[in-house]
Amino acid sequence: MNPLVELNSKKMARKDVTEVEVGDHLKVWTIISEGDKERLQPFEGDVIRIHRNGISTTFTLRKISYGVGVERIVPLYSPYLARVEVLRKGRIRRARLYYLRSLAGKNAKIQEKRFN
Amino acid sequence: MSVGILGKKLGMTQMFDNRGSMVAVTVVQAGPCPVVQKKTHEKDGYTAIQIGFEDAGRQKAALKPYKGHFKSSGLKPQRVLKEIRYNDVSAFSIGQSITVGEFKPADKVVITGVSKGRGFQGVIRRHGFAGKDTGHGTHEAFRTGGSIGMRTPKHTRKNMKMAGHMGARKITTRNLKVMFVDTENNLLLIKGAIPGANNDVVFIRKA
Repeated sequence: MNPLVELNSKKMARKDVTEVEVGDHLKVWTIISEGDKERLQPFEGDVIRIHRNGISTTFTLRKISYGVGVERIVPLYSPYLARVEVLRKGRIRRARLYYLRSLAGKNAKIQEKRFN
Repeated sequence: MSVGILGKKLGMTQMFDNRGSMVAVTVVQAGPCPVVQKKTHEKDGYTAIQIGFEDAGRQKAALKPYKGHFKSSGLKPQRVLKEIRYNDVSAFSIGQSITVGEFKPADKVVITGVSKGRGFQGVIRRHGFAGKDTGHGTHEAFRTGGSIGMRTPKHTRKNMKMAGHMGARKITTRNLKVMFVDTENNLLLIKGAIPGANNDVVFIRKA
């Protein structure tokens, strides 16, 4: 990519982003505007993928909701992203945790990263 | 005619618009374009300004007639020249620079450039023909255009759509929106795609 294009997208990106890693268990609040009212909608899940591409960087959150797997792709630099909270760091061995999709229950759990 | 500027298409990226939605944008490095010449009624029979873009460097500067064109203005030879017609050119002076500062976000612009060359293409790609059924006995003619005329008038009508060279022609895209102006780096961010390949020269004017 042209360096100027890259520079430009870097300049326009918001600076207050939370650092996110694959395997993290996150809670994110997105701003939902209904008519003229705004509210925050939380979503809690594991990061199974980070797609790094400058200002277009996104991460995918996966959770099991009422027994159904739900995935949500969140743009990291979106102005609609109100808050990101890292609840747990995960011990993982891959960059993309797609294998979680074929697992259920206890098998689909990501081991917590312990810091000594 | 309204304000015009020459620029170089750098590539595409994404940005967030003022509503927070992500939009695809093309980054164009535009200007600064010096006014090289003023065409007048007395001398040329019409009025226009000629603007330049990018220093020509050594290669073209070596050509004498080309050098002479820039001599009186005291400017360095420019790589690209473009005339813009105005009814009144008194507002411009030779050597004056046209920059991206003339544009502001939400402006509508018209962009002209040369589209990417596609070479010799068949009728399916070039004109969107449907092609033939691959079953029901069709053989050796899956992508042909079919008939090119009737028994009368005994010749093929003009402008019949056939295979041939595609792309690499002048394309004008209207009603494009300026999303962001970076005066520091002379960049314009335009919503959507614009004609041409990366690093091609494009002409941008206000709609």
